[in-house]
Amino acid sequence: MQLPVINNPVAEAPSGGCSAGSCGSTDDQMGHLPEHIREKVFNHPCYSEEAHHYFARMHVAVAPACNIQCNYCNRKYDCANESRPGVVSELHHPVQAVKKVLAVAATIPQMTVLGIAGPGDPLANPQRTFETFRMLSEQAPDIKLCVSTNGLSLPDNIDELSKYNIDHVTITINCVDPDVGAQIYPWIFWKNKRIKGREGAAILIERQQKGLEMLVAKGILVKVNSVLIPGVNDKHLAEVSRIVKAKGAFLHNVMPLISEAAHGTYYGLTGQRGPTNEELQALQDECSGDMNMMRHCRQCRADAVGLLGEDRGSEFTMDKIEAMDINYPEAMKMRAEVHAAINEELESKRIAKESKVQLVSIQGLKPKVAKTRPVLMAIATKGGGVINEHFGHAGEFLIYEASSAGVRFIGHRKTTPYCEGGDTCGDGESALDVTLRVLAGCEAVLCSKVGYEPWGPLEAAGIQPNGEHAMEPIEDAIVAVYEEMRVAGKLAMKKVELQKVA
Amino acid sequence: MALEIIESCVNCWACEPLCPSKAIFEAKPHFLIDANKCTECAGDFEDPQCATICPIEGAILNENGIPLNPPGSLTGIPLQKLAA
Ligand code: SF4
Ligand code: SF4
Ligand code: SF4
Repeated sequence: MQLPVINNPVAEAPSGGCSAGSCGSTDDQMGHLPEHIREKVFNHPCYSEEAHHYFARMHVAVAPACNIQCNYCNRKYDCANESRPGVVSELHHPVQAVKKVLAVAATIPQMTVLGIAGPGDPLANPQRTFETFRMLSEQAPDIKLCVSTNGLSLPDNIDELSKYNIDHVTITINCVDPDVGAQIYPWIFWKNKRIKGREGAAILIERQQKGLEMLVAKGILVKVNSVLIPGVNDKHLAEVSRIVKAKGAFLHNVMPLISEAAHGTYYGLTGQRGPTNEELQALQDECSGDMNMMRHCRQCRADAVGLLGEDRGSEFTMDKIEAMDINYPEAMKMRAEVHAAINEELESKRIAKESKVQLVSIQGLKPKVAKTRPVLMAIATKGGGVINEHFGHAGEFLIYEASSAGVRFIGHRKTTPYCEGGDTCGDGESALDVTLRVLAGCEAVLCSKVGYEPWGPLEAAGIQPNGEHAMEPIEDAIVAVYEEMRVAGKLAMKKVELQKVA
Repeated sequence: MALEIIESCVNCWACEPLCPSKAIFEAKPHFLIDANKCTECAGDFEDPQCATICPIEGAILNENGIPLNPPGSLTGIPLQKLAA
């Protein structure tokens, strides 16, 4: 039995306004995310499909140095991980960069996110990057900060990053296999040596993964970018996607390799081609759960200003900025008003959409012949759209409904983690009671692991614990469990009041 | 005993903070090495740090004027393609 996933977008042909394929395709991208992540992402133009219509981001170029070489990069130009190849940004000193950010933010109140993405690797330029962030944290606390990195020096900078309250980090991860990496990275600079080939790639991969884990552990949002290089990592990126999501990256964005001889890159000069749209799309489909693929990315330029895809950089050249007189505290008030208005609009749209989803599922129920009754299931997840949280560590469960019409995200339910961290769960009794109450109505709880102790009480409450689908995409696991229940004859259309405990 | 940065330098700042002798300085049109200060990193590092991180082939020369990172050595781009 094949169940459709209702939550996933019904493909609505985008008409007008937005360039085809970038809008309307990932409607409910955020729905499955744990609440603390959703809140952070809500008005980030790069992460939220909705928000990118309303809010703007900008990048400043303060970080020229890099500590690795990518085969798609020509170091005469900007870092190709975050910007278009063949573009040279006007390099700023941190003081200039801050002036520019304040000028833009005062003029374009929709500007809510400031990123440092080059021209090299921001974390290979820690002084310049962090000086910029420090000044901005002080002078413009209403601007969110984000940073993109190749990951090599990420683990060394986590503490510094969390100090400045930088809550968005993008890591470009093109591979998890050093043999693949050796075809992408000719060398890295590591511990005062230039390390070439597979050995260097292996170190880079290890550092990227460690950095990802450390960021997630700190509660800092992590987006992963991958460059799709046909014949090099195309077969490999699904695995990259699976791993980074399991580790807690909340978005995985696959970008096409842009390769032309004129860019003077290794790939450009050796005839390595970029992917076709079909190849890119196929890979995005394969990597996605579909919900946390970012498909509206337009590979913005490192010094671009404005809404994604729109570039107002020329309004803010350094000489024009010097001539401006900016009263930022005043501007901040005006900004707050604009943001409130936009948030209100986004919120009302979201509510409208939620009721639409409900409607769709009800309509979807009608024509089905072999009706089975709907079942609620609770999911323990750290994010990434997969089942990756221990039952005892979950502070929140995502509730889904499976029915003959498909799988539908219902909402979030909070609880006290049954065992607050630690590997030994001793006196968790009362917390378990809370969780049992929170899960009332659910007939299964899917998590990466369930301890021996809660197993009995859960079963007694009519909630089947299930740790068999660890690391699997949420919807797939729910479909599988629902199907098991159907085969076992548990889904006949009747009310099951018999299991209810008083 | 000193290295030299020449005009193919792209002013990427990678080398400057690494120099144990503070011999590298920002200049127009490109970074330069103070030949009186440069020790080629002797006693501090096995490899001269500037030439070890520099991403641009040919930008740093040894005292005989020979590039420490000859064409093709960093990018792996075949020489005939580089010339083309
Ligand atoms: S990390 Fe960025 S700047 Fe460094 S080599 Fe790769 S693409 Fe270029
Ligand atoms: S060789 Fe060493 S001492 Fe000389 S300029 Fe380069 S980094 Fe400085
Ligand atoms: S690392 Fe090379 S390209 Fe960069 S500033 Fe130094 S000499 Fe110039």
